[in-house]
Amino acid sequence: MKFTRALPLAGIAVVGATATAASAETITVATVNNNDMVIMQSLTSEFEKAHPNIKLDWVVLEENVLRQRLTTDIATGGGQFDVMTIGTYEAPIWAERGWLAELNDLPEEYQVDDLLKPVRDGLSQNGTLHALPFYGESSMMFYRQDLFDEAGIEVPEQPSWEEVRDWASQLHNPQEGTYGICLRGKPGWGENMAFVSTLVNTYGGRWFDMDWNPQLDSQAWQEAISFYVDLLNNYGPPGATSNGFNENLALFSRGNCAIWVDATSAAGKLYGADESKVSDKLGFAPAPVAETPKGSHWLWSWALAIPSSSEKQDAAKTFVTWATSQDYVELVGETKGWTNVPPGTRESTYENPRYQEAAPFADFVLNAIRDADPNDSTLEPSPYKGVQFVGIPEFQSIGTQVGQMVASALAGDNTVEQALQAAQTATERTMKRAGYLD
Amino acid sequence: MTTVRNKQLSSTPNAGLATATQAPGRPLVTTVNTKRLLLTALGWVVAGTIFFPIFWMVLTGFKTEAAAIADPSLIFSPTLDSYIEVQQRADYFKFAMNSVVVAFGSTLLALLIAIPSAYSMAFLPTKRTKGTLLWMLSTKMLPPVGVLVPIYLLFRDFGLLDTRTGLTIVYTLMNLPIVVWMLYTFFKDLPKDILEAGRMDGASTFQEVIFLLMPLTLPGIASTGLLSVILSWNEAFWSLNLTSSQAAPLTAYIASFSSPEGLFWAKLSAASTMAIAPILVFGWLTQKQMVRGLTFGAVK
Repeated sequence: MKFTRALPLAGIAVVGATATAASAETITVATVNNNDMVIMQSLTSEFEKAHPNIKLDWVVLEENVLRQRLTTDIATGGGQFDVMTIGTYEAPIWAERGWLAELNDLPEEYQVDDLLKPVRDGLSQNGTLHALPFYGESSMMFYRQDLFDEAGIEVPEQPSWEEVRDWASQLHNPQEGTYGICLRGKPGWGENMAFVSTLVNTYGGRWFDMDWNPQLDSQAWQEAISFYVDLLNNYGPPGATSNGFNENLALFSRGNCAIWVDATSAAGKLYGADESKVSDKLGFAPAPVAETPKGSHWLWSWALAIPSSSEKQDAAKTFVTWATSQDYVELVGETKGWTNVPPGTRESTYENPRYQEAAPFADFVLNAIRDADPNDSTLEPSPYKGVQFVGIPEFQSIGTQVGQMVASALAGDNTVEQALQAAQTATERTMKRAGYLD
Repeated sequence: MTTVRNKQLSSTPNAGLATATQAPGRPLVTTVNTKRLLLTALGWVVAGTIFFPIFWMVLTGFKTEAAAIADPSLIFSPTLDSYIEVQQRADYFKFAMNSVVVAFGSTLLALLIAIPSAYSMAFLPTKRTKGTLLWMLSTKMLPPVGVLVPIYLLFRDFGLLDTRTGLTIVYTLMNLPIVVWMLYTFFKDLPKDILEAGRMDGASTFQEVIFLLMPLTLPGIASTGLLSVILSWNEAFWSLNLTSSQAAPLTAYIASFSSPEGLFWAKLSAASTMAIAPILVFGWLTQKQMVRGLTFGAVK
């Protein structure tokens, strides 16, 4: 009897479950394996609880692999992804080609004006947002407060590169395992060239003049690269050409570097006592400057975009607005700790007292991002958008090629003059082939 | 392996004798032993050098991220945290199942196509056979990225993106030249008279292949198949580019733990250990067949 009564109920339950499963739409989200994205992935159940009609499928890849994968898919209209994680470099280029859905009718509770203006501008094309910022970063200087105190060095509000060289020479002590300075040396447009571009900017240089003529053989490039090569070879760790962000993060976390200039997103990691031996000895300062403060620190944002080829635009939009909302910041703060909140996207995050308390570096990051202007990052006028990159499709190959030549000068295989001359010739050739030059 | 070892054993005493003749008064046994010891030590050094990165990877998988980036050390308190975390972040078994289906599926398909092709080239050659073989090999000389976009477009139009079928087809095509070449060399070593005898007894071509050729060259076919499985298992370019969430194999699983921003060595090592474990066990179990196949016909 019990069985006969239970049977229809079970039937209803099965039908109900099938109906829910059938109506649930699955969206595929492609993202990079950075800490903030891993947290987003771990909060999948929270999103699915709040939106039972949408299921998330994740594709997580290393940054360069992801970039190649997404570019192939979006350029061919493959439609494999409904949400893509892209950077400020891709957003305007892809938007211009009509590859990304416009995000201009966002719900009021999303508070689009709360997004930091430089980041918002970086993700817009002709004033329309084509991606929503998930986290943003600039660059800044990290240093070992204990070593600086011992040496009696006081860091001014705005350090200069000359001062940094003096400090590095004072604190360089390889016998004790401490190197004066750690900087990126691994070749790549997003590796050494991100840093080198800011150094060139602050030395008064630029990638191209207003007619797209490469400027790599200019005085400013010569000075900047010579300074960089001397600094790292004299006071840097051995084998600097194989050091990117991760390698330097590992070196600094282990206490092997006195100074490190790199992404602001390192701050949270250096502060985490689990992975860092220097969490209680950290000093922060703005990125050093030389001739001009313009373009001395970069601006980057990882953002979520919806490809035009996606057939699930509405569900995708629901997800991207959720993952970049104030509520999401709150959710991460409450469940994963306030140092793990995605930084550099919203004014409200920096006004939050709990975040301010947990992240003493917050103001540096906010100021660095506010100051960075991708539309005006060089002393002399330049025709491109971007601080540490040039917002044209050809830059990936140009940047990587020049990066290899700069690394060859750092390794001593070429002189700075030879490396820059080769870089100039290669860039001229690429620009001619691409039709920028006659 | 057996053949190689026999060759070494048979050549070593001769070398020892030669040395003994040149240096009278020196005990023969000592010279032979010293040489053997040196060779053994050299063998261990080479094996150790090859195996060390794998050993270190397995070890790193049991460390914390902080210990993984610290100065290299063999002394640490092992933890399963990285294994737990990688399993929480991605369903290992889903990726592993895709790898198994695609690697074995493509190997079977490749053998199915390659056995008749190699048979025809080995026993019924024409004046174009050599050219065809070289042309087949030349397709391996093209960097895969050169044909990425056309293949991607074809896959998109045929609905093969992110499907096991699609990946199986690509792996089959990718390994086919090597499989045909290997089978061709194994088949060439087989005396034609055996097949002729079969034909005299009234065997059809199909029967010739199934009942004579295949049993007689089974070690060669097995080792070719094993090599094809390993190549498919380790292939990363196509698997990363043609799959996303449903058909992604273990190479995509490993790639998801690499990062240019953040510390990931321990997790990446744990993921890599889990990814190579099945093929390592498989290779271990089948090493006898593989070596037998690779040295098949070597001492004729």
